[in-house]
Amino acid sequence: MQLWLIPIFPLAGFLLNGILGRRFSKAIVNTIAIGSVLLSFVWVLKTLLGLGELNTAYIERYFTWIASGDFHVGLDFSVDRLTAVMLLVVTGVGSLIHIYSIGYMAHEGGYYRFFAYLNLFMFFMLTLVLGANYLVLFIGWEGVGLCSYLLIGFYFDKKFATDAGNKAFIVNRIGDFGFSLAMFLIVANFGTLDFGTVFAGVGGKSEATLTAIAFLLLLGACGKSAQIPLYVWLPDAMAGPTPVSALIHAATMVTAGVYMVARSAAIYTHAPAALEAVAIIGLLTAFFAATVGLLQNDIKKVFAYSTISQLGYMFLGVGCGAFSTGIYHLVTHAFFKALLFLGAGSVIHALGGEQDLRNMGGLRKKIPWTFWTLLCASVAISGVPPFSGFYSKDAILLAADRHAPWMYWVGVITAGITAFYVFRAIFLAFFGTYRGQAHPHESPGTMIGPLVVLAALSLAGGYLFKVPEYLSPLFPLAPEGNDLGPMIVSVAVALAGIALSWLFYVARPGLPDSLAASFNGLYKLVYNKYFVDEIYAAVVVNPVVSGSREVLWKGVDVAVIDGAVNGAGTVSQGAGGLLKRLQSGNIRSYAVWVLLGSVLVLVAMGLAAGGMR
Amino acid sequence: MTGVPLSWYLILSAVLFALGVAGFLFRRNIITVFMSIELMLNAVNLSFITFSYQLRQVNGHIYSFFVMVVAAAEAAVGLAIILTVFRNRSTLNIDDVSSLKN
Repeated sequence: MQLWLIPIFPLAGFLLNGILGRRFSKAIVNTIAIGSVLLSFVWVLKTLLGLGELNTAYIERYFTWIASGDFHVGLDFSVDRLTAVMLLVVTGVGSLIHIYSIGYMAHEGGYYRFFAYLNLFMFFMLTLVLGANYLVLFIGWEGVGLCSYLLIGFYFDKKFATDAGNKAFIVNRIGDFGFSLAMFLIVANFGTLDFGTVFAGVGGKSEATLTAIAFLLLLGACGKSAQIPLYVWLPDAMAGPTPVSALIHAATMVTAGVYMVARSAAIYTHAPAALEAVAIIGLLTAFFAATVGLLQNDIKKVFAYSTISQLGYMFLGVGCGAFSTGIYHLVTHAFFKALLFLGAGSVIHALGGEQDLRNMGGLRKKIPWTFWTLLCASVAISGVPPFSGFYSKDAILLAADRHAPWMYWVGVITAGITAFYVFRAIFLAFFGTYRGQAHPHESPGTMIGPLVVLAALSLAGGYLFKVPEYLSPLFPLAPEGNDLGPMIVSVAVALAGIALSWLFYVARPGLPDSLAASFNGLYKLVYNKYFVDEIYAAVVVNPVVSGSREVLWKGVDVAVIDGAVNGAGTVSQGAGGLLKRLQSGNIRSYAVWVLLGSVLVLVAMGLAAGGMR
Repeated sequence: MTGVPLSWYLILSAVLFALGVAGFLFRRNIITVFMSIELMLNAVNLSFITFSYQLRQVNGHIYSFFVMVVAAAEAAVGLAIILTVFRNRSTLNIDDVSSLKN
């Protein structure tokens, strides 16, 4: 089926635009970048249609990449139903965001560079999804990390953007360290990294081993998918252009962790402690990030914390053993969160770069297309039936209810908070009176088109794509039960969140400030994101920096290493200075030395002979 | 040669060699230095011959012939150099002939 063509198209686009893009006109850059992704999307469709039911994984083996003794790693691609879902999301949403970028990036410098990076990202993301063993997955994993770094720091002349890129890269290294260790453990225990072989062999391994592997994989997933404690890079990653936030930091790359955990389901089901940890981390992250999202004033930061929170939901679903619900939410989230970011991008574009919600307001009439599409995304993320977010979030909450009721309740409260802060952003931006100075104008058609498509998907995606049913050969469905009660509760809480938001930000705008004044301490704590960045800086970053400076630089490097090198130089210089005096150029002094030497040798020989006797 | 022990020859050789070394080290006249070198060579020749005779082996003779040949060649070249030096500089003091130094 030529699976390799799927990632090769974007790679070719990257090479063409990356090498020659400087000379190309924008039209050519557009054609190459969007054409390659669309070709890839078409090829995915053709492949999936050709493969039919896909009840078992379809594997293509290209060549042996690493061979060492009995250990072999091949460059293999495989497609099963999980991969199929991911492929469609990545290429589908990816294509839409590429098209949107034409409009959004029209006035930006580095146009071809942006599209080249975006195509490179698509290549790595598709490699990640298609890989048939952990190492090929890891290539994609690292590759998307690289592209994320490059695109966060796209405005490289701004210090905060490059800092954010570095932060993302460094925080992800911690997770990738765990992932690498997990792979070493897998190799040591299974002798292979191939998914099929590893998952077939989990039954024979001790639970301790599998738990260790699962925890290390979880560390990797936490880094990539921005979960506690490694989530800190994602809010800063909003320094990149908005389409990047939509594609990489909302729809695709950050969900790689969820994908990886779902892919490793066989390991996790044999390591219940690790699975429980996934659920708890997901739940904590969901709740924690949602509360931070309540008080953010940057529209992109609101959605960034919302992304972290929704990723937490996916982890919760996966961690409750309902892997397909996590993937379900991944899909619907890709629709509505990409739409939220693209809509936010459209607002920012309309206001000429303004991101602060306090300087917006009353935009409903001025940019109606953006408003209505964003509204679709907001009802979807809030979990109002019958929109897509409702289906997936409800599935996760039901799984949590079966797993542990307290998780369900925390999840429901989080859903209410989510509805509240998303609509807060909507009300602040689109209702009331305009508080800024710019002249808002509706975005061009290349931006509105993808927004409309994504809006349709956000509304109907949950109903159209029954992901859990599709994935049931891989992840069995939960048994039917009386789920009406929990469902009604969660919907009621979501509606209450929206209503409260209306009350706070439209009906009685003075209320939030008076509440903030009466709960000043709590307000300060949440407003400053629980001071997590400051705590990390004090506990981890500063000790490392000052330790490096004082101990490693001034101690080890300057004193020990430089000291040793300079010492070697000084010693040989001194020795040379002494020996230089022998080289007087006076023949007879040489002769004296020769004589002394021979006398010495004779004496030594005499002594030695005397000793022998 | 009966009655003259081996050691006497060697002692004579060593004394001659030491004289040669002393002359080489302490005399300033180039000709004298040159003669001292010849003296050392001949001292070595003497010990070669002694051992050759003692051990009934012809190797020592062969070596001493080599040494003689080399010494003759050296004398020819060396005396020619000394002659040229004297002609150019009108001195035979070895310390004055140091223009290659530094």
